[in-house]
Amino acid sequence: MDIGRYSGILKYVVKSIIKIISLLIAVSILSFVLVSASPVDPVRAYIGEVGMANMSVENLAKLEAYFGINTPPIERYWNWFTGFVQGDMGSSLLYRQPVASVIHVKFMNSMVLMTTAWIFSGLLGFLFGIIAGLYRGRWIDKAIKGYSLLIASMPTFWLALVLVMIFSVWLQILPIGLSVPIGVNAAEVSILDSIKHLILPALTLSVIGIANITLHTREKMIDIMGEDYILFAKARGKSNLSIIRHHALRNILLPAITLQFASISEIFGGSVLVEQVFSYPGLGKAAVSAGLSGDAPLLLGIAVISAALVFFGNLVANLLYGIVDPRIRRGSAYE
Amino acid sequence: MNNTGSITVLQKYKRKQLNQRSQTLMYIASGSIFLLAITVIGTLVGDIAITTNFTQKNFLPHMAHPFGTDWLGRDMLARTLKGMSISIYIGLFASVISAVIAAVLGAAAATLGKKVDAVITWFIDLVMGIPHLLLLILISYALGRGTFGVVVAVAISHWPVLTRIIRGEILQLKEANYIKIAEKLGQSKMKIVVKHMIPHVFPQFLVGLVLLFPHAILHEAALTFLGFGLPPEQPGIGIILSESMKYLSLGMWWLALFPGMVLMTTVLLFDVVGGSLRKMIDPHSAQE
Repeated sequence: MDIGRYSGILKYVVKSIIKIISLLIAVSILSFVLVSASPVDPVRAYIGEVGMANMSVENLAKLEAYFGINTPPIERYWNWFTGFVQGDMGSSLLYRQPVASVIHVKFMNSMVLMTTAWIFSGLLGFLFGIIAGLYRGRWIDKAIKGYSLLIASMPTFWLALVLVMIFSVWLQILPIGLSVPIGVNAAEVSILDSIKHLILPALTLSVIGIANITLHTREKMIDIMGEDYILFAKARGKSNLSIIRHHALRNILLPAITLQFASISEIFGGSVLVEQVFSYPGLGKAAVSAGLSGDAPLLLGIAVISAALVFFGNLVANLLYGIVDPRIRRGSAYE
Repeated sequence: MNNTGSITVLQKYKRKQLNQRSQTLMYIASGSIFLLAITVIGTLVGDIAITTNFTQKNFLPHMAHPFGTDWLGRDMLARTLKGMSISIYIGLFASVISAVIAAVLGAAAATLGKKVDAVITWFIDLVMGIPHLLLLILISYALGRGTFGVVVAVAISHWPVLTRIIRGEILQLKEANYIKIAEKLGQSKMKIVVKHMIPHVFPQFLVGLVLLFPHAILHEAALTFLGFGLPPEQPGIGIILSESMKYLSLGMWWLALFPGMVLMTTVLLFDVVGGSLRKMIDPHSAQE
């Protein structure tokens, strides 16, 4: 079937989606195996040590049947899988709610945090990268490069702690944690409060995320500034700003956007740590709590959802590269 | 031109103190010595790291305790060094295991035909699809947490990137002219691998191995920080930092600041050593 110049892309999208689905199923199997292999007993995790001691044998057997202790793993996986396809991910032991609704709430919280950090780190990193590349070897380049290398070695959770020390403990201008003030009804929380609680976690994630994109953009910028057409533009007396706008931007914007889409996995990893430090009620915090308290269904659900997010990001990155860059669009990158 | 005054700026030669090669060697040497010192001192510290002394608790950093003391009167410098040395040992072990896995899989993907390649590439995509920290949590959870869990999790999850690099290198090598000529000259496969391929791939492997350390160490610390790693009685760097969290609001900033800085410095040094090693070995990046 040929539908003009985009047929290659269409084919590629279909192929990618099939691949993503196969990978997602594999992720769910891998996670399921890992979660099932755990020595943590789901019944014990569900009712606790005291409950274990007071439970009658019949009830215990009922619970064991409910959690499928004696069902073979393959059957258990199949049950989980068919449920998952229909939108039922089981129920969380920790929150005593369906996993799907827990994940929905946490996902929204995390998305606010991650998107803010994602956009900020992308814009700032891009800007820094251009400046550093433009003034290669000057003090500003050295400062930006040094900063990026330092940040790349910085533990995310430590940076979060340092920011808490500075802004919450020392200057006392921002709250220490959580997404809303303590002791306030959810309905009464103003937008301002939510933003106030978002600043520090988002700042931490942004600062960490900047390093990668800055270094990448800087490299590209240096490459492009060495091209003949830039030299010619300079010879014609064009200003730096106009060179960036008319010649450099087109070339470096795409790789930067691509990189930013491909970095979702890292931002997610960072958000796990940041949410832990700030007690921010997002997916990362939920994953940690689920892991610590033996809530297998929730952990499984989060693993699959986050993998879907990562694969989606990678797909967008690959597509953007092809759709916007005419050299690749006309080429055979999708074959 | 006898008149030195007429030399233009372009011609003026400024002698550098050290050339780039010696400078790089200096980086490697000083970085390694520093890291070795942390490891050795941390190992020898022994019980000071867990000795409590209630007459000296909550001390600000001063001469006798440069990093201060915690709420149980334990010396934070000793704890930090001890924790760092544990992290370095785990990091070393984990990166060696991961690098070996990467070497085997990378070589297999590049040499054993299209099907094997497709399977291994698919596995790389699979492992890289789960956010790394979440994968670490899952593996640690599967193994019932604790030291064993964190060591295994960090060791078996760091191979994908290096596998890709090694696979790419070998695929490229197979198409290189000098390898093809060697084949045409009738050299045996074994000889080509030993004489032409390994000398090219091994340095890349070594650099990749060293550059895995920082990731492994950071991930170990992060996992421990989240509560999945080392047990609380161990002075792991992640434990120290997560304990310090409770005391931050009391204004005990030194509990978090210095251990974190040591962790960051260690990671940075491993990065510098690895990067310098690459400069020494890889001619393409020598002038960067």
